[in-house]
Amino acid sequence: MPLDRPGLRRGVTQGGLQVLDLQAKELAKRFGSGAPVFSGLEFSITQGDCVALVGANGTGKSTLLRCCLGLIAPDAGEVSLLGEKLTDLGGAARRALRARTGLVGQKHNLVPRLSVLSNVIHGLLGRHSGPRYWMQGLAPAEARTAAMATLTKVGLADLALRRADQLSGGQSQRVAIARALVGNPRFLVADEPCASLDPQAGEEVMALFMSLVKREGVTVLFTSHNVQHALSYGDRILGLQGGRIAIDAASADVTPKEMAQLYA
Amino acid sequence: MHNPSHPLPHRFARPGGLGFVSYVVVALVVLWSLEGAGWSMDRLLSSPPKLADFFSRAWPPSTHNLDRLAWKMVETLQIAVAGAAIGIVLSLPIALLAARNVLVGRGINQVVRVLLGFIRAVPDLAWALVFVVAVGLGPFAGMLAIAIDTIGFCGRFFADDMENTDPGPAEALTATGAKRIDIAASAIIPAAMPAFISTSLFGLEKAVRSSTILGLVGAGGIGIELKVGFDLFDYPTALTVILMIAVVVIGVEQIGAVLRQKIIGTAR
Ligand SMILES: Nc1ncnc2c1ncn2[C@@H]1O[C@H](COP(=O)(O)OP(=O)(O)OP(=O)(O)O)[C@@H](O)[C@H]1O
Ligand SMILES: [Mg+2]
Repeated sequence: MPLDRPGLRRGVTQGGLQVLDLQAKELAKRFGSGAPVFSGLEFSITQGDCVALVGANGTGKSTLLRCCLGLIAPDAGEVSLLGEKLTDLGGAARRALRARTGLVGQKHNLVPRLSVLSNVIHGLLGRHSGPRYWMQGLAPAEARTAAMATLTKVGLADLALRRADQLSGGQSQRVAIARALVGNPRFLVADEPCASLDPQAGEEVMALFMSLVKREGVTVLFTSHNVQHALSYGDRILGLQGGRIAIDAASADVTPKEMAQLYA
Repeated sequence: MHNPSHPLPHRFARPGGLGFVSYVVVALVVLWSLEGAGWSMDRLLSSPPKLADFFSRAWPPSTHNLDRLAWKMVETLQIAVAGAAIGIVLSLPIALLAARNVLVGRGINQVVRVLLGFIRAVPDLAWALVFVVAVGLGPFAGMLAIAIDTIGFCGRFFADDMENTDPGPAEALTATGAKRIDIAASAIIPAAMPAFISTSLFGLEKAVRSSTILGLVGAGGIGIELKVGFDLFDYPTALTVILMIAVVVIGVEQIGAVLRQKIIGTAR
């Protein structure tokens, strides 16, 4: 497999060394006594990179993303996120680390009965705790301002007081993106950010998402079943197949045939 | 058309040997229970004339104590509302401890759930007797009994309501580094709110039903009038009380049904 061409990397370097935002070593996970979802996974993600994780349904993409954020524990191996080993962290340190990460889920996962604005303010809960951040009516002015600014970026400022369960799929996905971005994360994980969107809305959401994160220099790990999205928005492709990494290469170097084989 | 290589499935499963034995066992248990309950055909057949006699002596329902009875009914509803309100408010923190994956670990969840089970296992009249001993005769004892009964009910079902919410929003907030208490307050409780309201209204209906008989053990409310009516053979008054209780209980259930429809649908 050809490795990344240096010119394609936007990776940030420190004293000539690339800073690794995510390092997975010998990662393995199985549920109950079933077959392992994956095992022996090794990969790393450089700061500022945008990596597309691809693979057929059920190959463990969502599971892998959860392991990377420490939302579920792997059975073996270890993950270092933003320079910290997840297994070494206690509750408070883990929360402090997560305050610098964001997740846009496969489902949009908004709190249904709260307003759009309240949902976006929840994105600040990693840095602030307490009733003032539970709903927008109680929130401090800075939080409301920050959330409105982010909503403006995703083009939904006019729906700030709409109930989250009264949005279209594309709108709620953009709210989920705003919630993930409002805390200015350095590492963002997006699990099929365009699932359930029509092709047009999917294209818009993806373009918006990428323009926002690239402007801020955020490191991104996203999954997609849209090969075009993966190749055009991802700088790098990680392909999962049969519980192993089958592709780990710059997207410019991945041929359509290699991509097709992932789904064979 | 139907593919003949798959035969049509059976409409009913034929009971196997074990199934047959269990039917027989159930039938025997029911017969044995009827025996224990003093089943007597003679007494059943002789009851209609006695019932008719009761109704002829009770009819028409008495109206000359209506004033006093109405006030007693108001007191009954006050016991129910005060007790249910206190119980519902206290149920929320208790339910947060009882719900899995919300605030605390499985061990504490289990202990709290067993305690709630114990509270429910003790009948409301028994709680009323206990509080009559603790705080003396009167409606205060009844209110405390209703409050504890409501905690047993709402504490358990609030916890179930929270466990049944979609875990997605909670996971999204976990990924932002939110604390458990913040996740509970900003994702789980808002999502469970319609269920909480529905559960609370059921709690209130249950409280109204219980409060009408607390008087039988001296814990306030209209139940005392029922007891006195029967003790003094004042059947017309007793019938009035029974009818009043029926009207109030049915009325509260109807209002509850309407409110459940109305309230579930507002944003914050
Ligand atoms: N909580 C769970 N308990 C048991 N098995 C699970 C659980 N979560 C995922 N799995 C199993 O792990 C495997 C990988 O699931 P995962 O959701 O990670 O796949 P995926 O690559 O994200 O699929 P998709 O493309 O459909 O989103 C599947 O076989 C799934 O059934
Ligand atoms: Mg998935």
